[in-house]
Amino acid sequence: MPLHDYVTPHPYPGKLIIVEGIDGSGKSTQLDLLRKYLESEGHPVHFTEWNSSALVKDTTKKGKKQKSLTPTTFSILHCCDFAERLAYSIIPPLKGGMIVLADRYMYTAFARDVARGVSREWVRGMYSFAPKPDIAYYFQITPEVSVERILTGRPQLKYYEAGLDVMDTDDPVESFGLFQGAIVNEYDAMVDEFGLTVIDGTRPIYTQQQEMRAIMAEKLDDYLTRSVPPRRGSTARRRTPAKASTAKRPTAASTKAAK
Amino acid sequence: MPQRPPRWLGQGLSYAAIEHLPGRMIVLEGTDGVGRSTQIEMLSAWIESQGFGVVSTGWTRSALMGPTIDRAKSGHTLDARTFSLLYAADFADRLELQILPALRAGFVVVADRYVYTAFARDAVRGADPGWVRELFGFALEPDLVIYMDIDIDVLMPRILNGKGCTYWESGMDLKLADSIYDNCVEYQNRVLGEFRRMVDEFGFDVVNASGTRENTQRAIRRRVQKLLKEMAAERA
Repeated sequence: MPLHDYVTPHPYPGKLIIVEGIDGSGKSTQLDLLRKYLESEGHPVHFTEWNSSALVKDTTKKGKKQKSLTPTTFSILHCCDFAERLAYSIIPPLKGGMIVLADRYMYTAFARDVARGVSREWVRGMYSFAPKPDIAYYFQITPEVSVERILTGRPQLKYYEAGLDVMDTDDPVESFGLFQGAIVNEYDAMVDEFGLTVIDGTRPIYTQQQEMRAIMAEKLDDYLTRSVPPRRGSTARRRTPAKASTAKRPTAASTKAAK
Repeated sequence: MPQRPPRWLGQGLSYAAIEHLPGRMIVLEGTDGVGRSTQIEMLSAWIESQGFGVVSTGWTRSALMGPTIDRAKSGHTLDARTFSLLYAADFADRLELQILPALRAGFVVVADRYVYTAFARDAVRGADPGWVRELFGFALEPDLVIYMDIDIDVLMPRILNGKGCTYWESGMDLKLADSIYDNCVEYQNRVLGEFRRMVDEFGFDVVNASGTRENTQRAIRRRVQKLLKEMAAERA
């Protein structure tokens, strides 16, 4: 595969849906709602989250505690985590025909690591092995909204989270705002570069979720109608109450019909 | 002769300055069991005896990543790409926190293996050579790369008398042959092939490491001597 191939769709039968956005943009809430919806519709779903593999967790924690992470080691460590999860938690479910929901994807690295000072081209090259998502939602909010949302109910900003390692200030709140601003600039520039689907993250949760579902229903039309298998076959399914199983498919169909 | 201006191997670190690096970096490359550590020990002592400060650094030896890599290796579950990335994180940590500061302070940095090891191993594992070269593009180009070459027939007894045919040094993850020994021979042959292919690409100074350690050391010192003279002249 050539470098920087973000255009060719992945070859797997499953679907990859990812959410992106700065801290406080509401992406995790929305992905969680989408996950519950998909599960209630009977679709096989697998969830994976940025920076969650056991492999580098301790290392990242140690580096953060000692404040010894450089922009480059920070960036590569996150890619290690991603590569590990890709091999174990993303590719297998995609091959198995499942819907993979990823809370943050390579665009997080393209936005955050570049805001930290690594080169745009280098970090894109590093992630060039990543499959292109079928839908990449970008929850857009301003840095001001992010600061306001994050500071409510969080006593203290962490060193790297606030970007104190790279911003020209010692004040955590000021640094966080500047850092989020730099990240937003990178995200906004990626909307066209990678065809991100923008969701206005300042609207009500319900409204955003409806929009997400509508977009998904349109983009994954073929998959969603095929994904819920007929009820005969596996013993596991036979145990499901017949009422619940019949209730599912018409819902998927009516979502489609409503479009 | 004036010092060659420091250069990045690829894109470099956009936020790090390398204009003024009065030190020198010497890399010893070569496959497992070729005798690098013995040669580095002898070489470092000799450089110090000439009055130059030495800082040694080695593949996977960073404070940040060393333990993680050891743990990952003991598990045998990682795919090749994740391994490359672990090594890249290790190397970046040592480059920024150890190698560059030492070069700025005028030390001779002696590196046991460098990015070429990653290039060779990844090529054997079928990784995209463009990807791994770009990944390690933030590396500093060494002043001297000594590649210790060896015949497979001389190498195998050294491996067996050293650590033995261990899982990774035998390339067992590649499943090349039925027996560990045959797998090891095939794997090491391929690694040697990759190193030899890089001689011209990166301008390695090739030293034949098949002879006695004293002969090998003499050949290595001859190549290092020039750099030390240069450094002495700059400091005069």
